[in-house]
Amino acid sequence: MRALSRFTVTTAIGLLALASAGHQASAQIKIGSVLSVTGPASFLGDPEKKTLEMYVEDINATGGVNGQKLQLIVYDDGGKANEALTFAKRLVDEDKITAMIGGSTTGSTLAMIPVFEEEQIPFISLAGAIQIIQPVRKWVFKTPHTDTMACEKIFADLKRRNLTTIAIISGADAFGKSMRDQCVAVAPKAGVTIAHEETYGASDTDMTPQLTNIKGKTGVQAVLNTGFGQGPAIVTRNYRQLDIKLPLYQSHGVASKQYISLAGPAAEGVRLPAAALLVADKLPESDKQKLVVEYYKKTYEQRSGGQPVSTFGGHAYDGLMILVEAAKRAGSWDKAKLRDEIEKTKGFIGTGGIVNMSPTDHLGLDLTAFRMLEIKNGDWTLVP
Amino acid sequence: MAELLQFIFSGLTVGAIYALVALGFTLIYNASDVVNFAQGEFVMLGGMTTVFVGLAGVPLPIAALIAVVATVAVGIALHRLAIEPARGAGPIALIMITIGASIFLRGIAQVIFDKRFHSLPSLFGSDPIRIGGATILPQSLVVLSGAGVIVILLWVFIGRTLLGKAVIATATNRSAARLVGIDTRRIVGFSFAISAAIGAVAGILITPIALTGYEVGTLLALKGFAAAMLGGMGNAIGAVVGGILLGLLEAFAAGYLSSQYKDAVAFLVILAVLFARPQGLFGRVKVDRV
Amino acid sequence: MSALFCSRLMPIAAVVMIAAVVPAFFPSAYYYRVAALVFMFALAGIGLNLLMGFAGQVSLGHAGFIGIGAYAVAVGPTHLGLPTWLSFFAGAALSAIVAFLVGRPILRLKGHYLAIATLGFGVLLSIVFTNEAKLTGGPDGMSVPRLVLFGWTARGSETWYWISAASFVIGAGLALNLIDSPSGRALRAIHDSEVAACVLGIDVAQKKLMVFVISAVYASVAGSYLAMFNGHITPEASGFLRSIELVAMVVLGGMGSIIGSLVGSGVIVVLPQALSFLHEYEHMVLGLIVMGVMIFLRGGIVPSLAVMFAGRRKW
Repeated sequence: MRALSRFTVTTAIGLLALASAGHQASAQIKIGSVLSVTGPASFLGDPEKKTLEMYVEDINATGGVNGQKLQLIVYDDGGKANEALTFAKRLVDEDKITAMIGGSTTGSTLAMIPVFEEEQIPFISLAGAIQIIQPVRKWVFKTPHTDTMACEKIFADLKRRNLTTIAIISGADAFGKSMRDQCVAVAPKAGVTIAHEETYGASDTDMTPQLTNIKGKTGVQAVLNTGFGQGPAIVTRNYRQLDIKLPLYQSHGVASKQYISLAGPAAEGVRLPAAALLVADKLPESDKQKLVVEYYKKTYEQRSGGQPVSTFGGHAYDGLMILVEAAKRAGSWDKAKLRDEIEKTKGFIGTGGIVNMSPTDHLGLDLTAFRMLEIKNGDWTLVP
Repeated sequence: MAELLQFIFSGLTVGAIYALVALGFTLIYNASDVVNFAQGEFVMLGGMTTVFVGLAGVPLPIAALIAVVATVAVGIALHRLAIEPARGAGPIALIMITIGASIFLRGIAQVIFDKRFHSLPSLFGSDPIRIGGATILPQSLVVLSGAGVIVILLWVFIGRTLLGKAVIATATNRSAARLVGIDTRRIVGFSFAISAAIGAVAGILITPIALTGYEVGTLLALKGFAAAMLGGMGNAIGAVVGGILLGLLEAFAAGYLSSQYKDAVAFLVILAVLFARPQGLFGRVKVDRV
Repeated sequence: MSALFCSRLMPIAAVVMIAAVVPAFFPSAYYYRVAALVFMFALAGIGLNLLMGFAGQVSLGHAGFIGIGAYAVAVGPTHLGLPTWLSFFAGAALSAIVAFLVGRPILRLKGHYLAIATLGFGVLLSIVFTNEAKLTGGPDGMSVPRLVLFGWTARGSETWYWISAASFVIGAGLALNLIDSPSGRALRAIHDSEVAACVLGIDVAQKKLMVFVISAVYASVAGSYLAMFNGHITPEASGFLRSIELVAMVVLGGMGSIIGSLVGSGVIVVLPQALSFLHEYEHMVLGLIVMGVMIFLRGGIVPSLAVMFAGRRKW
């Protein structure tokens, strides 16, 4: 008998905890989001969350969409795919969302895709890998450029500078590895030879051994570093410390002013592909993206408490706006109609580029969406 | 030859970081048999507090001082509010408490600070020093000498001052120490305070090299703990040697073997050492009364 | 009749009743998912509890075995063409073998040294899973085919809830059986004093190895379930943080209490869900809760509650 009462207590506590997970019934349109706000990918998830919250607030302030206000429900998966999956189910079963914008990392996105495909809910992912939209899945879209595109852009720039033999140093994180894989895959077609490869752990503090090996390898004409977070900044500093004179290319994972301030004078001359968002003030007036990126940059920097704009937040902005535009065109928030309209997005000007989706292309960006940037005097400049 | 030297410098740089963290572990363990998994968070707090106080306009030396004081306060609070009330709990329970504390501190850090990475300017500039074809950053030498200075200070303190002797007494046999009139509670609290100070100083010194962010504590604690074990838990010299050895192992593995598996190699070597010498390199062989 | 209530199977019966009744309160499939996860982690927790609570050892790398089980059911069907059920058993067998090989040298260490050795072992496994991308899909992980038995596919939170609850009950029953057997008594003797146990003629090394292997198999089974349930597996399932979570479950729930594994798992799995409304403050509160439980209920939740409600019973 005592055993039973003990268990009732325990179960009651458990149920109470689950129940406090909260239902909120309302006539608002629920938009779900599972982001890596904490954990190793918080570099991505934090600006994404801030952006979504900011703009949902603004949209609601002007009356919502199709006469209905939006309710944003954000869960933090801490960078873990298992947790992401649990929250995805929660969004679908409990919160009954209409659409989903999220999945900061490829791992969590891939884990969540089956849920949204099965429940037939439009899912706009904010992660980078090309596997998310290739093969094309009916309900899954994404806004960030693929890592394949980044490789192609970098290789094109290499060719222009007559550099054909490179070394790759990649971070062991998912972003770094995925982009490294794609670069290895497209290198032959682009006429680039990868002479040597090194890796480092995502939280490592010194990469001089790896760079020493690269420096010692003859024939290497340029170095590509794929990764995100603090790793690339440390690689860049070590690069200068070892006095390696070869051109250094970074990935779009470092696309934020933070990289420049962390890498310091070592960042001089580094090139990377990035969205126009980073050089908003340097774009010519004729550039179609200028208005959108300047507006987003100003809004984000003001309302995030002074944090520099990041392209990851920009992807969230694009995702939200594509969704909202699709809803307006569909005239309703019916999930199937929403999905069809998202797929029909054409000429959408976002922070990442100009989006033209189709039934075979659920990303809608081409190589022109990436600009080649070079760091000069501690600031971004456009490479012509 | 220049390559080998570069690997050695890299190992010393990283190893000095691990050594400083391992020292913090050792001190608290010595005084109270507690393995403090929040040690990594002390390092993080030292670096992050300095950065943020500095961003608020305070000159960096003063910001650093404030950071150390704040971290010491956190260390004392940890002891008073979390460890002391759990007096008598088993070692696993105490470790769990420090793990809970580390989660808590990380949670506070992400609210008070932010989720980005930050750096501090190096003490002696960032131009590398060239020796024999290899380069080492001045800050690496600062970290190494910092570790050395701390070990010397600890040795002087433990061996030459009454307070230090009280710490050893508490570590050897708590009841006996109390019997001779030592306030063991204050001594343990004091060791937490000193460990926090060491952690904070470590954080301030290593940030110009390793950067800092609200999450850096976790991996640092892991590596620092491993280093302390390698050197022999409870031995300050062992902690420093363990840390430097761990750093060198990682650098050589990255340079000569495979950069993918360098962490694995480091752990394999630790495992091998522990199998051959279960008390670590400099550890006291534990003699248990049966 | 009273003999039935006082028998050691009482807690099992209680769990069976709870597991059968509680779903009536589940408003949606999400709750089934959370409950299924609780049972799966609790299963791994039983094994770790046998190792830590009864035999008095410590393992900070047990998530490595979860990883072996999980990747077995991913790699087996995908790369080796084996049916899922066979990969499941292969994973458990592999975990047992690895535990056997690694266990003998590792278990000679004591205390913190054992902790760091198991931690290193767990990290090693995690690194292998992360780096061998051709086999394991690397940091992004790989998808796991669903379990198909005689034409029936195991999918959906409800199905897995019943599978994991039943497995937990069976696992708990086996564990309780072990504890009450001569081997179990030998383990408890080892916990209290290895030297005295040795003097009594107990083969300490062999018993420690046995419980290490058993706990590895429990973890492997839990890992396989997790992978088959999620349909996707990433290396963090075997990572250092997961190992710490596992230890936390055992310690919070109560070391030496099989049912404590369930309670501990419930706390660790449900808390992040329940605290999600706290957003920024979630980790602060989580840390406070862990500290609070260890300070005030220092034997763990179940044993402390047991003492409070008077009458100490070994569960």
